[in-house]
Amino acid sequence: MIRTRGLRMSYGAQEVLSGVDLEVHPGEVVCLLGPNGAGKTTTIEILEGFRLPSAGEVRVLGEDPAAAGEAWRARVGVVLQSWRDHARWTPRQLLTQLGGYFQPWSTPERPRPYAVDELIETVGLTEHADKKIVRLSGGQRRRLDVAVGIIGRPELLFLDEPTAGFDPQARRDFHELVHRLSDLEGTSILLTTHDLAEAEKLADRILILTNGRIVASGSAEELTRQVAGTAEVR
Amino acid sequence: MNATRNAIGLGLRRGWTEFVLSLRSPQDQGFYLFMGGGTLLYLWFNRNSDITADGETIPVVAYSLPSILAALLAFGVVIGPAYALAMEREDGTLLRHKAVPHGMQGYVTGQLLYHSLGLVPMLLVILVPSFLLFDDLMARGASGWLTVAWVLALGLLATLPIGMVIGSLVPGVQKVGTWGMLPIIVLTAISGIFFPIQALWGWVQAVAQVFPIYWIGVGMRSAFLPDTALAFELTGSWRTGTTVLVLSAWAVAGLLVTPRVLRRMARRQSGSQVAEAREQALQWVH
Repeated sequence: MIRTRGLRMSYGAQEVLSGVDLEVHPGEVVCLLGPNGAGKTTTIEILEGFRLPSAGEVRVLGEDPAAAGEAWRARVGVVLQSWRDHARWTPRQLLTQLGGYFQPWSTPERPRPYAVDELIETVGLTEHADKKIVRLSGGQRRRLDVAVGIIGRPELLFLDEPTAGFDPQARRDFHELVHRLSDLEGTSILLTTHDLAEAEKLADRILILTNGRIVASGSAEELTRQVAGTAEVR
Repeated sequence: MNATRNAIGLGLRRGWTEFVLSLRSPQDQGFYLFMGGGTLLYLWFNRNSDITADGETIPVVAYSLPSILAALLAFGVVIGPAYALAMEREDGTLLRHKAVPHGMQGYVTGQLLYHSLGLVPMLLVILVPSFLLFDDLMARGASGWLTVAWVLALGLLATLPIGMVIGSLVPGVQKVGTWGMLPIIVLTAISGIFFPIQALWGWVQAVAQVFPIYWIGVGMRSAFLPDTALAFELTGSWRTGTTVLVLSAWAVAGLLVTPRVLRRMARRQSGSQVAEAREQALQWVH
């Protein structure tokens, strides 16, 4: 689903990514874990096609995201940080509007978009579906962001810090949703977080990104063993 | 299902939804009433005044109304989209559309419809009470209204792209005032909209005639005023052919340039940019 080789990104003299190699396989949930400023958002934005890398090879769903067309875009779902848009709309209006763009890409195997009522229920916004978005709480708004990201029933979903601002209950609901997407829909998911507990709960595989490099990779257990091994050697 | 046609249909629905939401918004209603009330007050206090040129005299109210309509068209469809685009680049609306297939086409279609429809309530709050309060505003009857319609349509096509381009190029929403509002105020001031253009220097008249605002003003005056008002025009004629030509040229240029500028702007949109704009906006507020 995703493959990068030697991915580099510089802003002027500052190198943000220094040769990132990563792979995400079909149906896999992979977490890019790292502190703030590690290069997580830059990596995900390159993979989403929103940013051009300085160097390296990127293939997402078999195409270069920067040059991919609208059919490629229809297969990808994006949940970014910092949405403040459509304040006067209701969640139902927004989902109906944005879902409409995916209709031409509907197939019997993957009907697009999701039924709006079903999706609203899935993300737990049924009671708020006809409220103005500006009146939603931060957590409700974030759940709406997730709903917008998956409205097109994506084969590959990017989630950038998806639970930032969630309360514990909303976080649990969201984790359930990610598992449901992955298990029932077979959606591949790449998410970024700086929360180790969240990465452990959600991901089949964790990639640790620090100073623009992936320094460790594996399941939560494998990474624990690696760290324990290192401690023993020391 | 054709994806482009589908996106344009969704864009039209989006434009209509935004328009309906705007009509229900107390803030927008207040703006319409303020503009309508302000215009009526100006006309009311000048109801007994005349302007004179080359021995011809016409009431200020009759001269001002078409000019005010032209100014509103220029401001509404240049500054409105410029602000909207700059704001929606920063709040994530644009990125939201970039993240869906053919979303940008839908977004632009929605903007075009929304800002075009936005003129309707503005025109109504000015025209309806003006025609109830003052006499002899429309000298040409049905043919005059027909002229109003085509000048509005062509004026929209000529000026909307300018707003979209400004909104795409400004570094942030706070800069729309400097990059957008200021030039439009200057162009409106020198375009013979508020006073006959003959009062200005020759080179200023030449500059004014390059831009569409002057020609929208001429077109509107040709719709409302009798031929005796030709004394207030530069060549003593309404220059209808030139009006059509200049406005069409701006419309075609807009059609060619705007999609490229929008594509370039959209290519640069990313989540980090939206986050950065948010940080800057917060700093600005504090």
